[in-house]
Amino acid sequence: MSQHTRQLTGWWAIFLVVIVCSLVPVAWIVSLSLKTPASATDGSFIPHHWTLSNYSQIFSTGIFTDALRNSIGIGLISTALAVILACAAAYAVARLDFPGKRAFLAISLAVAMFPQISLVGPLYNLWRQIGLYDTWPGLIIPYMTFALPLSIWVLSSFFREIPWELEQAAQVDGATPFQAFTKVIAPLAIPGIVTTFILVFIICWNDFIFAISLTSTTNAETVPAAIAQFPGTSQFTQPIGDIAAAAVVVTVPVMVLVLLFQRRIVAGLTAGAVKG
Amino acid sequence: MSTTAVAAPGTAAPRRRTRLTERARSERKLAAILIAPAAIVMLAVTVYPIVTTIVLSLQRADLRFPGANKWVGLDNYKAVLTAPVWWSSVAHTVIITVIAVAFQFLFGMLLALAMHRTLVARGLFRSIALIPYAIVAVVAAYSWNYAWSLSNGGWIPHLLGLSSDPLSSTFGNYVAVIITEIWKNTPFMALLLLAGLALVPDDLQEAAKVDGATAWQRFWRITFPLMKPAILVALLFRTLDEFRIFDVIYIFNQGAQGTESISMLNYSTLLDRLNLGLGSAVSVLLFLLVALIAFVFIKGLGAAATPGK
Repeated sequence: MSQHTRQLTGWWAIFLVVIVCSLVPVAWIVSLSLKTPASATDGSFIPHHWTLSNYSQIFSTGIFTDALRNSIGIGLISTALAVILACAAAYAVARLDFPGKRAFLAISLAVAMFPQISLVGPLYNLWRQIGLYDTWPGLIIPYMTFALPLSIWVLSSFFREIPWELEQAAQVDGATPFQAFTKVIAPLAIPGIVTTFILVFIICWNDFIFAISLTSTTNAETVPAAIAQFPGTSQFTQPIGDIAAAAVVVTVPVMVLVLLFQRRIVAGLTAGAVKG
Repeated sequence: MSTTAVAAPGTAAPRRRTRLTERARSERKLAAILIAPAAIVMLAVTVYPIVTTIVLSLQRADLRFPGANKWVGLDNYKAVLTAPVWWSSVAHTVIITVIAVAFQFLFGMLLALAMHRTLVARGLFRSIALIPYAIVAVVAAYSWNYAWSLSNGGWIPHLLGLSSDPLSSTFGNYVAVIITEIWKNTPFMALLLLAGLALVPDDLQEAAKVDGATAWQRFWRITFPLMKPAILVALLFRTLDEFRIFDVIYIFNQGAQGTESISMLNYSTLLDRLNLGLGSAVSVLLFLLVALIAFVFIKGLGAAATPGK
């Protein structure tokens, strides 16, 4: 074997190890979701008795479909709000010189490191008093807040890379300020904004601690909280098939995002990390 | 947004000073307007709860007995700090954090090196490696929980030929919880380290190669020292996150089986036992521990960054 082939074989071996490590738990939950209730605990990695009944079961109950609606709605609104606020702040951080910049970044770093459980008690109390308990805004507010630090760090590192002189150059060439912004700057800024949107959406979609503490009914319960509270057929049996099917459904969107936007996610997180 | 860029070139020499200050003033004003919404949201949503938490931690406050609130000074702290359950939750959290972060670092570094250098299917390789990062923590916890559970027909006891349920022992629970955390968070660690790897100049590596340095020497003498700040940032983020571990433990056993973490204890004191006074004291102590960890790392980061200059 030449050195090159040997090297390539080595890389394929590493690739195989990574595939197995990453995908075995995913394959396992998919397998559980396809097993019939009677064979769910047979310990076999590949189902012996295939069924889609777990999926039809979860989609026929309000618990899951409402939770899915809540997850999507709350996730998108929180993400949009966080990204809009972060765009303004990140522009200031990346482009403007102002006193208190360090203090502002320190605050956002402190928020990022804050133990979220410490907020749960007071928010639970306050939300009950002002009627935000078990509502969409009751989750959107903490999600948006905890998404802001990451959004600001990632966006400001993207904004620093934009060659802003191009805007003036376009104006010298006869573009109006509006054209210079929409035709030159916006296209350069959009990839960073899309990346931030994806990263923040994944965070909101993943949250469990606020969802389980600040909701109680299908009004605002998101999928992770709903899954943890699926009723079993008895107190001592877990509804494995339902949980697995719901887990697969909630995993599909993030898998698609990662497969489509891998390059952006890597760029976003590494850029944020270097500048941070 | 384009106004500042248009006003930017201050070329007229004699009036430069006044124009600059004017420009600086308008720049500050714009900056204040732009950062205000984000700053207000972050402060409002965190400062109010912090203040109420501190106030409640100094009171006897129990939702089961509303109206019986009373100032008790530091009694809640005394009660928490003398309770074995607090110290055992600290011990559980430290054990999980140290072991999980150590393995995340080891595997994350290998994964980062592989992602950085891979010759095959780079895009697909990175996508697949990132999947655990994106998966909902609750889903990861269920998948691994069912995988380890003998009574739920998991594949791991099946594969290892275990006759007793690993999830009925404390040790088995720790192994399962820590492996879940390692699986879920290694990709994020790898990405943070990848950012550091990108900063190591290729020509430096090449030069060392020409001078006869082995791959091992090149890693320890060149890559590792240059990556030190990135490594500390990655360890800081992961340690703080791991120290707040909640989701996986909640799904596994809600802190039974001797795995109760500080966050889990905090949650059950606040929301199951509804004891806001004691729960708030736990929150404040957790917050102080997190701040202490952050402080130590940031000190270390400062020390690592200065000799390079």
